[in-house]
Amino acid sequence: MSLNHWLGAVLVISGLPFFFLGTLGLLRFPDVYTRLHALAKSDNVALGFVCLGLAVYSGSLITGLKLLLIWLLMLVASAAGASLIGRTALARGIKPWGV
Amino acid sequence: MIYLALAGVLFVIGLHGLFLAGHPLRKILSLNVLSAAVFLLLVALAREADPLDAVPHAIVLTGIVVSVSATAVALVLLVRLSPPKRDSKEVTRKEGR
Amino acid sequence: MGGVVLVFDVLLAAALIWLAWQATHTPGLFRAVISFIIFGLLMALAWVRLEAPDIALAEAAIGAGATGALLLSALGRLAVTDEAGTPWQERADLTFWIPAGLALLGLLTLAAWYLPSPGLGQEVQASLPDSGVQNPVTAVLLNFRAFDTLLEIGVLLLATIAIWSLGPMPMPGAQAIISPVLPALGRILFPMFALVSIYLLWRGSHAPGGAFSAGAVIGAGGILSILAGARPWLTGSAYGPWRVLLSLGLSAMLAVALGVIVLGQPFFAYPTHLAGTIVLLLELAAGLSIAMSLVALYLAGQPPTHWDGESLRQ
Repeated sequence: MSLNHWLGAVLVISGLPFFFLGTLGLLRFPDVYTRLHALAKSDNVALGFVCLGLAVYSGSLITGLKLLLIWLLMLVASAAGASLIGRTALARGIKPWGV
Repeated sequence: MIYLALAGVLFVIGLHGLFLAGHPLRKILSLNVLSAAVFLLLVALAREADPLDAVPHAIVLTGIVVSVSATAVALVLLVRLSPPKRDSKEVTRKEGR
Repeated sequence: MGGVVLVFDVLLAAALIWLAWQATHTPGLFRAVISFIIFGLLMALAWVRLEAPDIALAEAAIGAGATGALLLSALGRLAVTDEAGTPWQERADLTFWIPAGLALLGLLTLAAWYLPSPGLGQEVQASLPDSGVQNPVTAVLLNFRAFDTLLEIGVLLLATIAIWSLGPMPMPGAQAIISPVLPALGRILFPMFALVSIYLLWRGSHAPGGAFSAGAVIGAGGILSILAGARPWLTGSAYGPWRVLLSLGLSAMLAVALGVIVLGQPFFAYPTHLAGTIVLLLELAAGLSIAMSLVALYLAGQPPTHWDGESLRQ
């Protein structure tokens, strides 16, 4: 196990709590807006850590760039999806929790 | 071995749904689950071979495209046969994305 | 390491069974459709575990993407979505169907058990140099068993014809939400879809990929841009290029199949030195047709001969 393997493993593992918290928020938050808030933020951070970790682990620039592209595409998809779900919920007259 | 068993279980679920579901959309979904089970069986068996048997893979690829065509025709028939929607608000189409 | 993989397999199998049950047996059609889409995504993982990356690519794009879009749009057009009037068929013939189903499963297992276990892998490997490509799956699809692929493209075309013959496509209603996000997303992502599908098509000759994945990806991109409010340029006009594109795959394969007879070969037997070129051209034609057909299937009816404000207001 060389240095970049250890560093990669540490980075991947440090992404896991964000996944856990995002999922916890999805399951436990009261309404659609707060759930979106939990998912759209923390999962992106988690995926960023995982991609960064895998890029370091592989030690190759091309793989790293591909992983960066995956992360950017996921950012676009998650932002657009969250925005659409939120707008649809508002259009259907779902009141945010606590308002 | 796990995947052979999985194919068996999915086959039973799909078959049961296909025969007993009330709503036609359920039947279409069950048919898709059933075909997934058959594909799984084929590919799981192909993995036993050495070198990897490419023929079942090609057959399954063909099968996936055929099953999506069948699903599309079935869905269009279902929509045409069902009574028209009363309210004009097309909200339900926007959800889930 | 083996233990971790085993745990993963068991978890994946359990999730697939649960999702299949959700899709077929729990109340709520919307929930069922969503469960089925997730089922398709997890099936793609299962294909990866079974060392079938070609199928995984196709399943992710077709099984989860295109089928999901078809199911959701059909669900949106259905009047009754709560299954209230359609109860489960709780009848006495359960005593017939359950044993019959189990017997069918047993027969299938028995038949699978008696298959010659080494399969055709060695034969495929042995004749791979003659096929013109290095990926065995592509070689089987477009060379050794090209006849199956010909019929499959035929089925796709037939499905499109069947849907078109059911009447004009239902016009999209007014957009429920005015949002700048969706059109922007379509504009950003469509070039990516095109790039990925060209890459997959090119890659298919030596690695997992090929016409099916490529066609499915660009078809999914087309569906996304229709969702984003783009006017579909697929028209039902008898003179436009779209009918040509839809039938391009089938006609190209038929032309090749018959053309090699002129060259003194048997039906569908490519000359060895031309095999690589022929396979690539057929892949291109088949991929275009698959993409067009997927968009046509999504439109769920014959599109008007030309798009204008008049036809949209119907």
